[in-house]
Amino acid sequence: MFKRSFVSSLALAISLGTTALTAHAEGEQYFPLQSYRVGPYAAGGTGFFGGFIDYLKYVNANGGVNGVKLTWSECETEYVVEKGVECYERLKGGVNGAPAAATNPLSVGIAYATLDRSTADKLPLITINHGRTDSTDGSVFPYAFPLQLNPYSEVSAIINYIGQQAGGLDKLKGQKIVTLYHGSPYGKETNEVLKTLADKYGFALSLVEVPHPGNEQQSQWLNIRRDKPDWVILRGWGVMNPVALKTAQKVGFPANRIIGNIWSNSEEDAAPAGAAAKGFIAITTHPSGTAFPVLQGIKQEVVDKGQGDLADPKRFGTVYYNLGVVNGILNVEAVRIAQEKFGKQPLTGEQVRWGFENLKLDDARLAALGAKGLVQPLKLSCSDHEGGGAVRFQQWDGEKWNLISDWVQADRALLRPIIEASSHKYAAEKGITPRDCAKEA
Amino acid sequence: MEFFFEVLIGGLLAGVMYSLVAIGFVLIYKASGVFNFAQGAMVLFAALTFVSLLERGVPFWLAFLITLTTMVALALLIERAVLRPLVNLSPITLFMATLGLSYMIEGFAQALWGAQVHGLELGISDEPLEVGGMLLSQFDLFAAGTAAALVALLALLFNKTRIGLSLRAVADDPLAALAVGIRLQRIWAVVWAVAGFVGLVAGLLWGARLGVQFSLSLVVLKALPVLIIGGFTSIGGAIAGGLIVGAAEKLAEVYLGPFVGGGIENWFPYVLAMLFLLVRPAGLFGERAIERV
Repeated sequence: MFKRSFVSSLALAISLGTTALTAHAEGEQYFPLQSYRVGPYAAGGTGFFGGFIDYLKYVNANGGVNGVKLTWSECETEYVVEKGVECYERLKGGVNGAPAAATNPLSVGIAYATLDRSTADKLPLITINHGRTDSTDGSVFPYAFPLQLNPYSEVSAIINYIGQQAGGLDKLKGQKIVTLYHGSPYGKETNEVLKTLADKYGFALSLVEVPHPGNEQQSQWLNIRRDKPDWVILRGWGVMNPVALKTAQKVGFPANRIIGNIWSNSEEDAAPAGAAAKGFIAITTHPSGTAFPVLQGIKQEVVDKGQGDLADPKRFGTVYYNLGVVNGILNVEAVRIAQEKFGKQPLTGEQVRWGFENLKLDDARLAALGAKGLVQPLKLSCSDHEGGGAVRFQQWDGEKWNLISDWVQADRALLRPIIEASSHKYAAEKGITPRDCAKEA
Repeated sequence: MEFFFEVLIGGLLAGVMYSLVAIGFVLIYKASGVFNFAQGAMVLFAALTFVSLLERGVPFWLAFLITLTTMVALALLIERAVLRPLVNLSPITLFMATLGLSYMIEGFAQALWGAQVHGLELGISDEPLEVGGMLLSQFDLFAAGTAAALVALLALLFNKTRIGLSLRAVADDPLAALAVGIRLQRIWAVVWAVAGFVGLVAGLLWGARLGVQFSLSLVVLKALPVLIIGGFTSIGGAIAGGLIVGAAEKLAEVYLGPFVGGGIENWFPYVLAMLFLLVRPAGLFGERAIERV
């Protein structure tokens, strides 16, 4: 495994910044992948794009999407915005006659930088579980899709869970909640909505910033210990997460009162903290594990045949990998739905966008896909580009994540006016006339 | 008051961790006048190599030995392939070479061992220790002890051995050292090898604290203000600078942070370093450059 990993990694390093092309042909549907396999965030990138690519291979092994084979190529971004934009420009036109379906950069920075370009190029920009919260409003952001969970839904669901633990949302009054957030636009995205929720439910909120990258948090945790909060919401990223857990242990704060957000929920976030992470709770939209039928299918038809994308097969079924698989399912389903309207052929980005806006995954469809429990039921529309807004809670036992809750829904009715206020402000600034979604429905 | 001392002591102990990285810079700067930007990458490479060997079933001390050998080999390679051809060129050229080296080592480390994040347990408990009503980290106390042992070891090397004497001669006056027959290249190779060893020790302690991952190479950012304050040429200065930076940033975050929105501990040490530059450009223990004009 070492030899294989080294050779493939070396080949990757040599081809850094270049596009790794698979064989393309007309008649195929193309996915441009702005991936990152080296650099500080490579652990997330290799897992996510590994799962995404393996799912595309699995679909091809089963005949493609109504006979249309899927193809893709990667362009290394290293999570750097300029490189992400360069990759976007290089790949957006498709390859050898295979049109691009959608971009999936898995990076808030790259997503922001390519948002206007995506609209101009009529190419869907998929920001699963992240991105601009107000891009949920498809009337203003026709080509952006923060699928499953936007940042506001994320914190709303966490507060609802804390309310459940307290015996009801009315019991939140008087509780103390600290949010420890990454000192970046991503980290600060939810501060205002948390204040709104604190006002509504009457809990005391403290917002504590950790400067990037977050490898030193002693003073923040000493302050937290002094405040004695009931819960700490960890809105971290990368190294900030294990350091938070280790420092919490150092000051004697219990891990089972810390709730990680969607980017603090992977094995890479908990395992490096060792024993300090035991009991740590985090949300997820995509449980880890290999028992789901779709994962078993990928194992049999891709991984066991030596065609899996992961350099380290032990990562099969981990949180990042499964997020990649879920992302693959949603992209492919959008193509499949769009084909029902536009024909069983390779589609343009504009046509695939229609597929996303009409994406409907109910329990029956998820069961047919072998993804029930792995993906939440989703229904998107012209005005709602998120579709789900629910999370499950998982707890780290020192070795792996275990689910400890069913789906907990965000208060989307409360959030919608806040989202629309922001999107309409954006529309006014940019001179955008919002679409009339009532007519499109 | 108890809380104040807890913050202060926690900061001093964190500062020792910064000093560990800063010592690697000092060694190379002292011997060759090169600011080795690749020190952070060496910390990452050492930790990644060590933990990857451990995960493949290699026993702890054998993994340590193999990693140490690898770091020495890397040091010799750098001396032969990068520094020797650039000898006599300006310091900025050598600095740029180490900058390039940094990216090469980071890329090579990930290509060789993969991008996965690894946990590293050194067997040191991090359960807090209650002393006089204050909670102290056992791990940080262990790190402080390790740093003290490292400084003692380096002091022995530089003061009690022939190679140490040669090194001090080179540091004082390279031309005079050359004139009396000291081989500059050999000294550079030894110093880079020792810096590799320091990188390994720092990598293990930082790796145990952060997890072994790419961001280990970013710990150099914490070492820069330490060096400015302590001086680029003094190991004692690196320790003193580390203690000052660690204590100052923690106290600033806790007591000044709330007035400016928090999150100030990344840039506050640089403010302190700027002030030191204005008042004492060579740092607390650095050698003042005196030139006849």
